[in-house]
Amino acid sequence: MSAVTTGLGRAAWLVFERDLRLAFRRWDQVSHPVVFFVMVVTLFPLALGPEPSLLRNMAAGVVWVAALLSSLLALESLYRADFEDGTLEQLTLSGQPLAWLLLAKTLAHWFLSGIPLVVAAPVLAASLAAPSTVVGVLMTSLALGTGVLSFLGSVGAALTLGTRRGGVLMSLLVLPLAMPVLIFGARATEQAMHGEPAAGPLWLLAAMLILAITLAPWASSAAVRISLD
Amino acid sequence: MGTWTWFHKLASPPHFYRIAGRLIPWFAVPAALLIAGGLYGGLVRAPPDYQQGEAFRIIYVHAPSAWLSLVCYTTMAVAAAVGLIWRIKLAHALAAATAPIGASFALLCLATGSLWGRPMWGTWWEWDARLTSQLILFFLYLGYMALRSAYDDLGRADRASAVLAIVGIVNVPIIHFSVDWWNSLHQGSTVIRKGGPAMPPSMLVPLLMCFAGFTLLYAALACIRVRAEVLERERNATWLRELPPA
Repeated sequence: MSAVTTGLGRAAWLVFERDLRLAFRRWDQVSHPVVFFVMVVTLFPLALGPEPSLLRNMAAGVVWVAALLSSLLALESLYRADFEDGTLEQLTLSGQPLAWLLLAKTLAHWFLSGIPLVVAAPVLAASLAAPSTVVGVLMTSLALGTGVLSFLGSVGAALTLGTRRGGVLMSLLVLPLAMPVLIFGARATEQAMHGEPAAGPLWLLAAMLILAITLAPWASSAAVRISLD
Repeated sequence: MGTWTWFHKLASPPHFYRIAGRLIPWFAVPAALLIAGGLYGGLVRAPPDYQQGEAFRIIYVHAPSAWLSLVCYTTMAVAAAVGLIWRIKLAHALAAATAPIGASFALLCLATGSLWGRPMWGTWWEWDARLTSQLILFFLYLGYMALRSAYDDLGRADRASAVLAIVGIVNVPIIHFSVDWWNSLHQGSTVIRKGGPAMPPSMLVPLLMCFAGFTLLYAALACIRVRAEVLERERNATWLRELPPA
């Protein structure tokens, strides 16, 4: 057996960079969830009426629910293609710690699915008549929250790789686990809306992100190994 | 005989099948007596609450099922972890057998809570913290069972659902805390609190009997269901053919 010559940092960078490169070549994988995000937010004024005061009251919740649904949709692209063409198997056999490689993969996914949502959010918040003072808190909460969602989702996505109809099942697994993220994210935005300090929920989101980054890759790697059996 | 030998022997399906079969009446009979006694004491003998009147009596079903829904989830996660780490199939069988029981207790807790909410809060459903985290716990059970049924291969279903149960148990305190922080309307704890229980013994004793009875009921149900799981998993094994007909 040949010795592993690639260091941990280099291996992670290669995986990370590959995923970004693939995403830039198949741009729809990044753009579709954002378009979905915008469309879901559009549904609410259509369903509830265009009254600005009503929309302003709901803006935080609406943007956050839409972001949660859109990040679920984006999870399909995390492992599915690599599972089908055998890349995931090669990563498992590469001799590098699988959890570490999946951490890099999930970080890339966070960049690709989270940043577009963060960028789109101010426009959507403005369309829901939210005051411009909340934009900073909304973007921060989304940046942290989409990270937690990516890492939680990576476990759900890996667990459902080997099943038929993975998408709906994955949503059933991930949604209950994702509810705390929704609570803190929406609450931070809500507090900023009322002019109260929003640091508390934001710090809690950050704590959850650190916990998810620490633990989720291990669960994902166990799940990927089970799916590859 | 060392603990390990005993443990290994217990983990062998034929041995466990026999022992569990013998244990069922030892759990079921006390469970029936305790629940009957507790419900009689709680529903008939205990005085009505000075504030809530007769409606408080729902606690004799509500609180034990809430407790059991958590006990079941913990048992499920610990059994799943044991099965995953030491590759003990019987532990997986216990986890699989526990999930529907726990989901039923969670549903029972939600249903009784909503029945109690009608006269007390004036609504069937209130977005109260404890009710909501119980609901999310019920969703976690549903996800676990959905994942199990999505796999055709039993071994993969066992291991995949074990990972999910472990991720779930890490999340349960986070969910509980976050929902608590989100909104709390539920009354505080009456039994376990500083300065002793805020309940006279005529109310407390039946409640404790119900707690013990429900827990034993779970043990009996778990024995029955794990035996069924063992039968299903070992359906081609020779020891099953050698069993005397029931």
